Amino acid sequence: MTKVTMTVNGTARSAEAEGRTLLVDWLREGLRLTGTHVGCDTSQCGACVVHVNGEAVKACSVLAQELDGAEVTTIEGMAEADGSLSAVQQAFQDYHGLQCGFCTPGMVMSAAALLKENPNPSESEVRHYLEGNICRCTGYHNIVKAVMAASGQEVAPVAAE
Amino acid sequence: MPKDTGIGASPKRREDLRFLTGKGRYTDDINVAGQAHVAFLRSDVAHGAIKGIDTSAAEALEGVVRVFTAADLEAVGGIPCGWQITSIDGNPMHEPKHPILAEGKVRHVGDPIAAVVAETPQIARDACEAIEVDIEELPAVIDMKAAVADGAPKVHEDLPGNLCYDWGFVQENKEAVDQAFADAAHVTSLELVNQRLVANPMEPRVAVGDYAAHNDESTLYTTSQNPHVIRLLMGAFVLGIPEHKLRVVAPDVGGGFGTKIFHYAEEAFCTFAAKAIGRPVKWTCSRSEAFMSDAQGRDHVTKIELALDSDHNFTAIRTETYANMGAYLSTFAPSIPTWLHGTLMAGNYKTPLIYVNVKAVFTNTVPVDAYRGAGRPEATFQLERVVDKAARELGVDPIELRRKNFITEFPYATPVAVEYDTGDYHATMDKLMTMIDRDGFAARRAQSEANGKLRGLGVNCYIEACGIAPSSLVGQLGARAGLYESATVRVNATGGLVVMTGSHSHGQGHETSFAQVVADMIGIDEGQVEIVHGDTANTPMGMGTYGSRSLAVGGSALVRATEKIITKAKKIASHLMEASESDIELKDGKFTVAGTDKELAWGDVTLAAYVPHNYPLEEIEPGLEETAFYDPNNFTYPSGAYACEVEVDPETGQVEIQSFAAADDFGNVVNPMIVEGQVHGGIAQGIGQALLENCAYDENGQLLSASYMDYSMPRSSDVPMFQVDHSCRTPCTHNPLGVKGCGEAGAIGSPPSVVNAVIDALNSGGHEVQHIDMPLTAPRVWAAMQG
Repeated sequence: MTKVTMTVNGTARSAEAEGRTLLVDWLREGLRLTGTHVGCDTSQCGACVVHVNGEAVKACSVLAQELDGAEVTTIEGMAEADGSLSAVQQAFQDYHGLQCGFCTPGMVMSAAALLKENPNPSESEVRHYLEGNICRCTGYHNIVKAVMAASGQEVAPVAAE
Repeated sequence: MPKDTGIGASPKRREDLRFLTGKGRYTDDINVAGQAHVAFLRSDVAHGAIKGIDTSAAEALEGVVRVFTAADLEAVGGIPCGWQITSIDGNPMHEPKHPILAEGKVRHVGDPIAAVVAETPQIARDACEAIEVDIEELPAVIDMKAAVADGAPKVHEDLPGNLCYDWGFVQENKEAVDQAFADAAHVTSLELVNQRLVANPMEPRVAVGDYAAHNDESTLYTTSQNPHVIRLLMGAFVLGIPEHKLRVVAPDVGGGFGTKIFHYAEEAFCTFAAKAIGRPVKWTCSRSEAFMSDAQGRDHVTKIELALDSDHNFTAIRTETYANMGAYLSTFAPSIPTWLHGTLMAGNYKTPLIYVNVKAVFTNTVPVDAYRGAGRPEATFQLERVVDKAARELGVDPIELRRKNFITEFPYATPVAVEYDTGDYHATMDKLMTMIDRDGFAARRAQSEANGKLRGLGVNCYIEACGIAPSSLVGQLGARAGLYESATVRVNATGGLVVMTGSHSHGQGHETSFAQVVADMIGIDEGQVEIVHGDTANTPMGMGTYGSRSLAVGGSALVRATEKIITKAKKIASHLMEASESDIELKDGKFTVAGTDKELAWGDVTLAAYVPHNYPLEEIEPGLEETAFYDPNNFTYPSGAYACEVEVDPETGQVEIQSFAAADDFGNVVNPMIVEGQVHGGIAQGIGQALLENCAYDENGQLLSASYMDYSMPRSSDVPMFQVDHSCRTPCTHNPLGVKGCGEAGAIGSPPSVVNAVIDALNSGGHEVQHIDMPLTAPRVWAAMQG
């Protein structure tokens, strides 16, 4: 066991990690930040996406010990300073981009990373970018709308198409 | 104008706030002080005799608390099955024991052999690898028809063979059906496979067992769609714990789609082991483990025949289906190919004679049970495929052939034992036609052809039976439980409400939509209504959420309980305002006396109920809390018409969906936003079945598709934007909200239109392909084009 320290959601946090401890387990079990989810064991589903040093990363694909000193943002750190939802989070609620909520943290983190890279994505760019995030509930329709709305583009309101 | 609040409005979902900020509380987020962790050693062969298990090396590892095998569970019962089906010969189905841990034999890859409880999940998994199991591998039966052939290896030695039951429905009609086929002007027949799928809710299953010695109470936290059902099954049939000493909590649950209905061995083990070792015990399923332990779905092999007269009226339908049960009977399994499939074979058509034969078969595969739609997608797929094939054979328009045979008068008693209360199949088809611009299809096809692609249009209808179910009816059909739903409405002194429901939300948004119903009835703000679900300790005994039943059955209980509240509140108001009870009106949260200017606020009356200083104590009790149990007197029958346009690349066989439209009749709609979201998700799962998903075993029973690397889940780039419409509304006649249910429609209605579209595209290119089994992957489509 080794003590690992990272800046998580703006605060220095430390917890023990074995050599084999994945970032996602370090966050969930070490820091009790349970918003980051585990949906598979082959780095396919994207439920565990967080931002590491500003990049979207599947937290099941990196070892905690390798990230000593890193800056990590999780879903718990995505709201505005006053506690209100960020634009991406708010768009997911406004456009019903979530149902069971399990894939949602990873989906929001991926969407935020996309919009940082590409502030005005087309529908096909959104769909392509989110290929690594599986949602079983929404059929992606409202997720795509939410991401485009969060980018400031016009989309049809819910239940009015 | 869309409404802002109440029934028919689309308020933002209140549950989203916790899910969007990482504050959801799923079962894996729950840790109980002092907990140990369990890992299961699972069979890596499909069929084998256990000659010996040596756990000594595992037990010697530091951090291992205890290793369990079947020998440690002798006092524990097997996993019960909730339905019994009777075969044509009058005998009950064969019902083998389903032990918690394998007893002497393993019967599918993933069958649990031993359980290691350890200080950490990592140690538990390491210790599983240290267990030595001596297994003599036996020949496995995977193919259903081979499994029922003479001399096939038996999955269960104590049974006469691998046939679970042989069901004929309606048996008395068989001769007349056969005669109709003999008399038919045209017969279309089709053999097809409705492939095995895995439900794959994104949250894998988790169970945490806890035992409190001070009051002898067990608690199970579990990823369930129906905590009361788990408490009843596990308490009464497996562990022998009375309900008052057993609490089951299903907190936030990350999707279910049917696979979280059933009672699973791991839940019973964690509850049992917590008491046995005196510590809480937690199990978190990995995705790979889920592929070999979650009950799977579909897996039917069917021959369907459709008889028509010379005017193209459908005169009879005859089907023979082999339905895979897997190695053991899961909770609902026997009912899926029978009562949720045979009863739907009339579809939207007035076919007078129908006979359905279903042979349920044991194989050395993971058990099969309900998955979104459960029996109804299988019925819809074969019917809508055979109708399309008949139209092609007869050279008539497939839509007109459907219209010609539509049921148009309601109520309509089908020849397969159900009575549709309402519907308007022409209306949904008309609506669909306005959505898809059929007239423009020829030009779109020409454009595709100019681009070197084949374009096809596929249309189909569907009907389903939802809102399960009338208890007296399902009791006659073999259900071992009632299927009512419950609600308790507790009004607090200052006017806020807590509503406790036996329904369970795992994505459906009950916390928002149920609050809309209650708030609308009373005329108060939705924010004053809190919905509580998922904990047997604080909800009335209810049967949970599946079969698109929550609003139709649970919502009806909610209405009944709220009506009782209003009746009592009016009585109190009449006393306070010294008026006749019959003159009291409740509107917008105010009680008024007809013809006067007297009024009382909702909160004044609720306060009086709990501070009964001026109160008709001789007539009514203080307090304002009511419970209702609602048992429906029929199923509900949502219906609709769906259309899909595809492009097929003739060089590769690759199918790309160009558009998808769904016109549904769900009766009345409480929250259009949520309804549309349900349809979107269902369609994506249906497209997944049509084009991508396949749970595959090799001939030895090895599971070939045990991860997301091998099992193709629909991803964002696999599906288009969907056009959905629910403006055609024929309200249900027998529940108070007039609602029908919308959760499964998309998954039921979409596979046939995708396949019909691909067949249409191929035929437009001169490929006389009649059928391709799902999933329509590029290699399969390409092979079909090569003849």
